[in-house]
Amino acid sequence: MSEVAPKELRIVGFLCNWCSYGGADTAGVGRFKQPTDLRIIRVPCSGRVDPMFVVRALLTGADGVLVSGCHPRDCHYTDGNFYARRRLEMLKRLLPFMGIDDKRFHYTWVSASEGQKWQQVVTGFTNQVHALGPMHQK
Amino acid sequence: MSTQKLKEIIKQVLPDVETVICWQEGYDKLNVTPIFITSPEQVDQVVWNPLCAQNLASYLPSQKKKVAVAVKGCDSRTIVQYMQEGLIDRNNVVIIGIPCKGTVSKKKVQKAIGNEPVEDVTFTDGSIKVKTPSGEKTLALADVCPTKCTSCQFPTPIVYDQLTGDAIKSDKPPESVYADVTELEGKTLEERKAYFASQFDKCIRCYACRNACPMCVCQDSCIAETRDPHWITQRNSLDEKVMFHMIHALHLAGRCVECGECERVCPMEIPVAKLKKKINKEMKDLFDYTPGVNPEDKPPMYTFNVDEAKIKEHKL
Repeated sequence: MSEVAPKELRIVGFLCNWCSYGGADTAGVGRFKQPTDLRIIRVPCSGRVDPMFVVRALLTGADGVLVSGCHPRDCHYTDGNFYARRRLEMLKRLLPFMGIDDKRFHYTWVSASEGQKWQQVVTGFTNQVHALGPMHQK
Repeated sequence: MSTQKLKEIIKQVLPDVETVICWQEGYDKLNVTPIFITSPEQVDQVVWNPLCAQNLASYLPSQKKKVAVAVKGCDSRTIVQYMQEGLIDRNNVVIIGIPCKGTVSKKKVQKAIGNEPVEDVTFTDGSIKVKTPSGEKTLALADVCPTKCTSCQFPTPIVYDQLTGDAIKSDKPPESVYADVTELEGKTLEERKAYFASQFDKCIRCYACRNACPMCVCQDSCIAETRDPHWITQRNSLDEKVMFHMIHALHLAGRCVECGECERVCPMEIPVAKLKKKINKEMKDLFDYTPGVNPEDKPPMYTFNVDEAKIKEHKL
């Protein structure tokens, strides 16, 4: 039985240095199987993620964008992710209004020890984006 | 009309301030431009009629000395928002409030008279009479008013030091403000995408909407034009145009005071304010916040709650 792998899509992930990037590392060290569509960009804090990063990525070729930071109250800089939460929620509600499916954008919180959860987030989000297909028809 | 009262108030406040910012007649009767009054002789040039649509409060952050400014109800929200964001010192501004029954869109009048040259414009209660070489035309104010006036909630300024007439109460239902956004929300994702693509594709990136926007305070350092960071290129593609409008919308998230200046100045008649109104609607829902209403409020993106009542974690 041969299995034809589905064509890879381009998913951009903005991960905070202190929690989610560590969580992704934990998942790697634990050798959890993950889809390979995600390209990770490390940012100092989820509060660094300007909603325009997400829009720019989606407009210039990404099929999905994932933002992940420390759990609320666990931010390395105390309150960065509280600001991020408001901004990203605003963006989440604006995207479908301008005709971009909000399933292409997801924000979540993953701590450095949650390798298992990271695997679930990446797998779940990748499947969700694959269900929608490529955003840009070439 | 309260023009006489307005002139009296200007004469009265002029000695205490450096400049009074008001409106005067432009190159013809249909055009109104700002006037910066520094001497009593200029006061006679002041006009006040429904054509005074420009939001003069936009000049405030760049003023260094004490100034007085004439504002309509919608313009006063700009001042309140400036106060919230600490962009002006309230002690340095004298606000001359004008209760306004609705403005007139110059573009709509020009369309109605077939872009003929204008010889004279007169106002009677509820209508505008325009004289052109081919005759006179009377238009109802309700037919030529900008969209913002059809759902005006603040006909009387929210903050003022002097008022030129009796305060008016709004007779428009509060739901009407976001009626156009709600209508668009009722459509499918594909329809909305096509709608915005067709609208933003008209954009010539003249940046007039940004220049006229009272809340776009970065002006010359706007990231739409800087090379470092290089957010958008000069390429004339739809994506770049959309990106520019996203920059404008996201930088105004929870700050847009819905003065309608962006749509007034747009040469391509793009509904520029739609995205901002959508964000405002969500801000109202999420944080019960309306920009430019209460000087004590804090813009929602400038602050946070540890436990957000309305933000739920999204599941995959």
